Amino acid sequence: MSKIHVTTTVNGDPVEFLCEASESLLDVLRDRLSLTGSKEGCGTGDCGACSVTVGGRLVCSCLVLGAEVEGRSVETIEGMAEGETLHPLQRMFIKHAALQCGICTPGILVAAKSLLERNPDPTEEEVRYWLAGNLCRCTGYDKIIRAVLAAAAEMREAS
Amino acid sequence: MPKDHGIGASQKRREDVRFLTGRGRYTDDINLPGQAHACFVRSQVAHGRLNGVDTAAAAAMPGVIRVFTGADFEGVGGLPCGWQVTDRHGQPMQEPGHPVLAQGKVRHVGDPIAVVVAETFEQARDAAEMVDVDITELDPVIDMKAALADGAPKVHDDLSSNLCYDWGFVEDNRAAVDEAIRNAHHVTTLELVNNRLVPNAMEPRVAVGDYNFATDDSTLYTTSQNPHVIRLLMGAFVLGIPEHKLRVVAPDVGGGFGSKIFHYAEEAFCTFAAKQLRRPVKWTCQRSESFITDAHGRDHVTKIELALDKEGHFQAIRTETYANMGAYLSTFAPSVPTWLHGTLMAGNYKTPLIYVNVKAVFTNTVPVDAYRGAGRPEATFQLERVIDKAAREMGIDPVEIRRRNFITEFPYATPVAVEYDTGDYHATLDKLLEIADVAGFDKRRAESAKRGKLRGLGLNCYIEACGIAPSQLVGQLGARAGLYESATVRVNATGGLVVMTGSHSHGQGHETSFAQVVADMIGIDENMVEIVHGDTANTPMGMGTYGSRSLAVGGSAMVRATEKIIAKAKKIAAHLMEASPDDIELKDGRFSVAGTDKSVAWGDVTLAAYVPHNYPLEEIEPGLEETAFYDPSNFTYPAGAYACEVEVDPDTGKVTICSFAAADDFGNIVNPMIVDGQVHGGLGQGIGQALLEGAAYDESGQLLTGSYMDYAMPRAGDLPSFTIDHSCQTPCTHNPLGVKGCGEAGAIGSPPAVVNAVVDALQRAGHSNVTHIDMPLTPSRVWAAMQG
Ligand code: FES
Ligand code: FES
Repeated sequence: MSKIHVTTTVNGDPVEFLCEASESLLDVLRDRLSLTGSKEGCGTGDCGACSVTVGGRLVCSCLVLGAEVEGRSVETIEGMAEGETLHPLQRMFIKHAALQCGICTPGILVAAKSLLERNPDPTEEEVRYWLAGNLCRCTGYDKIIRAVLAAAAEMREAS
Repeated sequence: MPKDHGIGASQKRREDVRFLTGRGRYTDDINLPGQAHACFVRSQVAHGRLNGVDTAAAAAMPGVIRVFTGADFEGVGGLPCGWQVTDRHGQPMQEPGHPVLAQGKVRHVGDPIAVVVAETFEQARDAAEMVDVDITELDPVIDMKAALADGAPKVHDDLSSNLCYDWGFVEDNRAAVDEAIRNAHHVTTLELVNNRLVPNAMEPRVAVGDYNFATDDSTLYTTSQNPHVIRLLMGAFVLGIPEHKLRVVAPDVGGGFGSKIFHYAEEAFCTFAAKQLRRPVKWTCQRSESFITDAHGRDHVTKIELALDKEGHFQAIRTETYANMGAYLSTFAPSVPTWLHGTLMAGNYKTPLIYVNVKAVFTNTVPVDAYRGAGRPEATFQLERVIDKAAREMGIDPVEIRRRNFITEFPYATPVAVEYDTGDYHATLDKLLEIADVAGFDKRRAESAKRGKLRGLGLNCYIEACGIAPSQLVGQLGARAGLYESATVRVNATGGLVVMTGSHSHGQGHETSFAQVVADMIGIDENMVEIVHGDTANTPMGMGTYGSRSLAVGGSAMVRATEKIIAKAKKIAAHLMEASPDDIELKDGRFSVAGTDKSVAWGDVTLAAYVPHNYPLEEIEPGLEETAFYDPSNFTYPAGAYACEVEVDPDTGKVTICSFAAADDFGNIVNPMIVDGQVHGGLGQGIGQALLEGAAYDESGQLLTGSYMDYAMPRAGDLPSFTIDHSCQTPCTHNPLGVKGCGEAGAIGSPPAVVNAVVDALQRAGHSNVTHIDMPLTPSRVWAAMQG
């Protein structure tokens, strides 16, 4: 079967790739573009480890086809820091030790960033519900929530 | 003042930057040139005779390299069990074979039958559909008591029954315990289920096998908590590869919680197939596959009786537990309901007589083995639940009845074979009452009532045995391994250190906390210390990470190795300063001669060790590298007290956790921030067990909870913020750091607090017949309990 040619933007860089019609965006990112920061925790849209944004919208990349991102703009965890300057969320995750094994962390950061873009001043409850699509087995979420709230506060002050 | 470096400082985790930027290197991120992909064909029935496997159609599919079946593994060993339990009558447990791929029979849904290896995973998966498996279905045994009934179908035809062992502990106490219960003033009895759990580390298991025919070296990259253990088990017992020809690498690992201790068939398969095919072979577990192949946890059915005198002093405890082993004995399965469970039945209390009976049962379900806490949550749950019930029956306050029975003098030898070295259970309980604001409960309860909600308060204590384990002791108890830990400290010429540890970090932050210990001992900056773990090629033989053992045992090995380094460095420093080694002091990274102003820097000494021009060569060797193996003399005994407040919706039975407080005594603490996180994570899993999680099989042996749609994982919206404290510290008396271990406490201590709280809420609301509800406390169960 012939492959599909896709032209898109990933983390601001123009990218072209060939993929199967059935191939998920997650597999394209990991296997074709070597962007292994996005993780597969379930492959069924239930864990959020694969979270990326497509056209600014938070999606589970395991449920999006690679072919669907033609002409769109994809943002992954690899694009979150600017060079070596960490995003405030990343800094706050370090400060609060909001991660342990780190496997859920890329997805949680991408999801949290998407939340703060929509709602710069979320309540604890809003953060908990927004992140309810992201499973973390290590942290019990406590420090993740605190880190997101702290990053939100810092970003509000800076803006 | 919080410290800002060294032992006791909340140093930021150095591993985090790579994880936060997507630059971690987990096993699934590894792709080797020429790599082929494996897809397993698994049993879809719980029990069946395997008549044949026709691979012809699959082998002809595009991209297929080879299809493997059980026949390929006839000459290969089975997966070994690492612990032999001796039963009440002095007989060894029944120990069935555990083939890599099914031989003759399938015994649980998910049992591997064949494997397709193809150029791509998709091709392997498509071809796997074409493997024709001829199975005659047999009646399965799913329920443990049914499995022990006369005439029940046997999971293993060559065993006499489905009973793995009938264990009595301490068997010699049995008559005295029976007698004490017969004659007691009051006996409280509770029957309960400790629900079966699926560990669900968020990183599914992955294995990549590689073989170099030019050197005859095999390498396995795997998601393991203990690469050396896998190398030993797989090399010696399954594939017959000596350790010097087998390297096992466990790189960044995305959580384990016990489920990645064990040696799994897929690891052996990928290593074997890579050699057969002369190509790297990769297998990545799908989540649906992990539900039916990762060892599950818990699954005990227990009756506990607590005998009390009229003041509520505990007189005796008798328990009878059925423990599910599943279809095969996973690596450490037999030890979990026995030595990790029976030995904790004294809890924090002075009960003079205890008898624990455990019947381990084979069923046609996924093997069950250690999961965060492993045996200790099961012990704590039954004990703390029965104490709560007894307190209510006797009209004694639940805090008071615990205080009345606390062990207060240490060391304390329990009637179940362990000796607690130190502890202060009143102190953690006092701290708990303070941080949980128990005094304010009535007010909060009134506020909840105004909103139509039933509020309850549950609390409990716990103790666990960590720092696993003294090798000679566990050897007597049936362990087929030693449980020491190792460390090699390599000091480089310019003063930096590399510490190679046999412990493994899969979220625990060892790269940070271990460096704090070594840097603190020498008095140098943590950034001068690098921690290396996870690769058998560059770390000394170690037993890995589980049982909250890494700092207590692995950290102690590191301390011993660093002590050797310091002792040698002092000799070098003495030579450089023409003084006696006995007069040399090391402080803040400088060696000085006591009582003088002479000193040399750490770097001067390390350089001299490697450029030994001015060096006592006749007395000591050049170089500065030391290894230590540390075998603990006892377990460590972290303990604490937990409190939970819940609101129950009387119309729906839905339970909301309003607050959760934990006061733990972990002894000395190296990195408080990391310890906080360990407690939080354990609480998340314990509350998950209590409220949400439960693996369910139907009577045909199909796992009904085989995905995240059916198996309820705790999500951010399900859990509260936690209030935790670990300022009560009674340092461990027998390891050099005085540490006890903190990784499992939360999972051990929290389930009874939640259930106690819900029962309390219902009792206070007049449901006096509700004395217990089995976990998980789903709305339907709680609602049904309220209906009487
Ligand atoms: S991997 Fe996409 S949601 Fe789990
Ligand atoms: S940090 Fe391990 S799953 Fe979240």
